[in-house]
Parts: sequence; C-alpha cells; structure tokens
Amino acid sequence: MGDRVVVVGGGQAGFQTCASLRDNGFGGSLTLVCGEDVLPYQRPPLSKGYLVGTDEDIVLRPESYYAQHQIDMVNAVAVDIERPDREIVLDDGSRLSYDTLVLATGARPRALPVPGSRLHGILPLRTLADAEVLRKELAGCRRLAVIGGGFIGLEVAAAARKLDVETTVVESLPRTMARALSAEMSAYLTRVHRDHGATILLGRLVTAFDGDITGHVRKVVLDGGTRLETDLVVIGIGIVPNVELAIAAGLPVDHGINGIAVDEYLRTADPNIYAIGDCASYPSRYARGRVRLESVQNAADQGICVARTIAGQPAPYDALPWFWSDQHDVNLQICGISTGHDRAVIVGEPDRFSVFCFHQGTLIAVESANKPIDHVISRRVFASGILPTPDEVAAPGFSLKDFVSRDR
Amino acid sequence: MAKITYKHPDGTVTIVDVPTGRSVMRGAVTNNIDGILAECGGDAQCGTCHVYIDEGNTIPLPPVLDYEDELLNSIAGRRRPHSRLACQIPVSDALDGLVVHMPEEQV
Repeated sequence: MGDRVVVVGGGQAGFQTCASLRDNGFGGSLTLVCGEDVLPYQRPPLSKGYLVGTDEDIVLRPESYYAQHQIDMVNAVAVDIERPDREIVLDDGSRLSYDTLVLATGARPRALPVPGSRLHGILPLRTLADAEVLRKELAGCRRLAVIGGGFIGLEVAAAARKLDVETTVVESLPRTMARALSAEMSAYLTRVHRDHGATILLGRLVTAFDGDITGHVRKVVLDGGTRLETDLVVIGIGIVPNVELAIAAGLPVDHGINGIAVDEYLRTADPNIYAIGDCASYPSRYARGRVRLESVQNAADQGICVARTIAGQPAPYDALPWFWSDQHDVNLQICGISTGHDRAVIVGEPDRFSVFCFHQGTLIAVESANKPIDHVISRRVFASGILPTPDEVAAPGFSLKDFVSRDR
Repeated sequence: MAKITYKHPDGTVTIVDVPTGRSVMRGAVTNNIDGILAECGGDAQCGTCHVYIDEGNTIPLPPVLDYEDELLNSIAGRRRPHSRLACQIPVSDALDGLVVHMPEEQV
C-alpha cells in the first residue's frame, strides 16, 4: 500500500480519513490538503444553529490534534494530479508525492446563471466563510429571498424566521425537497414553514435579479414578470461535485460530471487513488445503482471505510445512508433513499409520524418527523434485512418497535 | 466546569476540565481524547460517542430517553448497563469527578 498518504480536501470526509488512518494504526506519512484557511469543521450547523448564534463550537478537533496525530496540514488547493509520477501539484506550484491519494474534494454551490446574479447581497452557503457573511447580513435584514426549497434553502428560511426576517422561498419544482423526500413529507414541511410565516412559492423560476445604483440586489424577478422586493438573497439550488481534478487526470467520472466513479472499495480507475464523500459516485444497493450522496453520514463513513482499506483491512463500503435536518420544531430524519418509491404509507400522529416508502413492495426508505425512535429502529431494520411489507405497515396499530420485537 | 476522567481500554487515563454547557462528548474531542467519533456532532443521531459510565458512579445523570436507548441498541460496541451516549450528558459543576470508560470500538 505504500506509506505516503495524501488526502485532498479538509471537509468531514478528508478529516475522517486522516483520523481513522491513525486510529487503525497507520504509521506512514499523512498529509491533509485543505483549501479553506480554517481547521476542518462541521458543516451541518452552518445552515441551522450557527446562523442564529448557537452552535459556535463547530471545529472538529483543536489544532493540537493534527500535530499529536502527525497529520501534516497543508493550506492549499490541488490543481493537478500527475499519475505517472504519483505527485499532486498545488496552487503555489509545489508538489506532494503520494503512494495513495484520497480525493475528498467535496462540492461547490451550483450557480444560478440569470441576469443580475452577481449583484451584492446574493449569497451562497457552503463554507464557514459563507455562513459568517450570511449571519452578519441576516442580522440587519428585513426581507430575505431564498432561491431553492431543498435542505439548505429551508434550513436557512427557518433560521431567518427565527430572527424575524420576512422570508420568501422560491422553488422551481412543484414541491419542496423534491429530490430527497416523499410528496407526503414534503407537503408537511411546506405547511410547517408557512405556519411559521414564510412564503413558499412552488413551481416558479427566477429569471433575473434587479439591483439598485450601489449594485445591491433589490428585486427577484420571477417567470411571468412578478417582482419580489428583497434585501438579501440566498441561493440554495444544489451543489456541483468538484470533479475537475479527476477529469484532468483522466479518471472516469459518472455521466461525465456527477461524481468521480469509484468501485465498492471507493477506488477510482487508478488503484492508487480513492474518492470519497460528496465528490464520489459509488455503487449502492440502497440506491439500486450508482449514487452520489451529500451527507455527513456518507462523508464520515466513507472516510472510515477508505482508511481501513488503506491500512490493510479492505472492506467494501456498504453503509446504510441516513440524513437529518432541523427546521423549526421539526426534527426530520431519513433512513435509506426514497427515490423511485411507488408507495408511501404514513404511520403516526399529525406532528409525530413516519412515511414508509416502498419500491415494488420492498421498503426502501423511512422518513421520520419528530419520531427519532422510528428512525433509529429503521436503521436496525435495514441492517437486519427483515423488512415490513406495505400491508403490515398499513395495518391499524402498526409500530416499528413491535415489529422488531416480534421478529427478534 | 467539572473535572472529567476518561479511561481507555489500554489503561490510559486522561483527566480534563470541561466547561459547563459542553457535553461529555465535546469534552473528549476538544481535548484530543481519542475513542469518540461523534459523526453527527452531538445531535444524538449517530451513536458514535458511546461511553460506559464508571460502575461506582454516584453522580446523578440525565435519564436515558427512548431514542438514546434505541441508539444504544444499535451501537458497534457491546452495550452494558452503564452505556450512555456522551453527547447526551451536558456538563455542569455537579458532574465534577465523573469517570467514563471508552469502549473498544465505536464503529
């Protein structure tokens, strides 16, 4: 395996790879190339507690951790991989040699290419630096427009309402969180946001932004010509995986753009190069094919998995995907991947329930609102492979807890 | 502020001062104490900050809620009667002297 490991990317996946390599007794040299000028930190709070002033303590480990664990931190951006020489080139022109390279390059916010999109006051949210700017701007803002009704957009909308900012969410699809959630859960969340005073516009496209003479955004122009007055805009229309480094190095990328293609060991077409986290597309039985996931669970678990493989205990990556979000008083937890489900069964009470999603009669995902117990048990259910049928779930009085107790 | 003792399976012992308001989990990670992963950052989502409270402990701790109980059923290591998720134990002066044992494995 060689004893020089270089990890490109200081997000959750890159950090976890380094930490787990040392936990697994890896004794070689270990370098973490980190493009942001801050210690690796947690991203989830940036769109939640961080914006409203709680959750400030987001650094994953203190600075001394890296020296103690002999992890060399290099603050730079990798610009090239020279595979024949097993070297990467950094933006300052220096080079790092590797025996094993781990690409954890993450993703960047998708841009909205409409006129006016470069006006001041139109912000992305991905990094700690983005969150600092947004937090400052939100504090003095009366009206916010959020473009995109996904995880980030809705979490920002919830934070803004908490700060008493007038908030409008513009979503181009007919429902919120359409890519991640069933129509049932999506409808519930939309209602919660509306109940908390946000305006949610569905199936509407942004065609332009208008600014004032200082170059600051003042209006969001929608299809049909509607103009929304605003002081601040957050764009949350998804992320684009950072695959350019891999493409330039001739490594295959799923559909040419959607993630660096890796096998079940998270290895790229080059046996010395792995790719993990938001930037990687891997084969998953839970997705019934290749998938690229954007989640902490996936980033951390792939880091753990790749570290084991590099340290000489290779194991295929087979972790169950799970996700969570906090929006107003709703704790949303998702287990599995609901994409392509053909039946949804709701179990529970109005503000405390789970949506069981089935594909051809097989349970593929459980989405829980304020039902952490269902979420935790459903992880066990997926791990055991003994899954309830749609009819069992739809029967009056069904409880996941009873189901697992019965089968045990 | 409370002095918390973290004991590792290999016999290593680390004693640190943890400020009030932090959790026993953050007390470990901010002091470079290995053995806790805390994938979710302390939201009781992941079950990777499992610890065993010392058997002789007499300090009252918050009760185990139903989802923590279920997460403890799903952990990688062995669940014992004194198993807790360290993120669910907020630190206050009252916790001074708490001793926790790290499990053999977290994932």
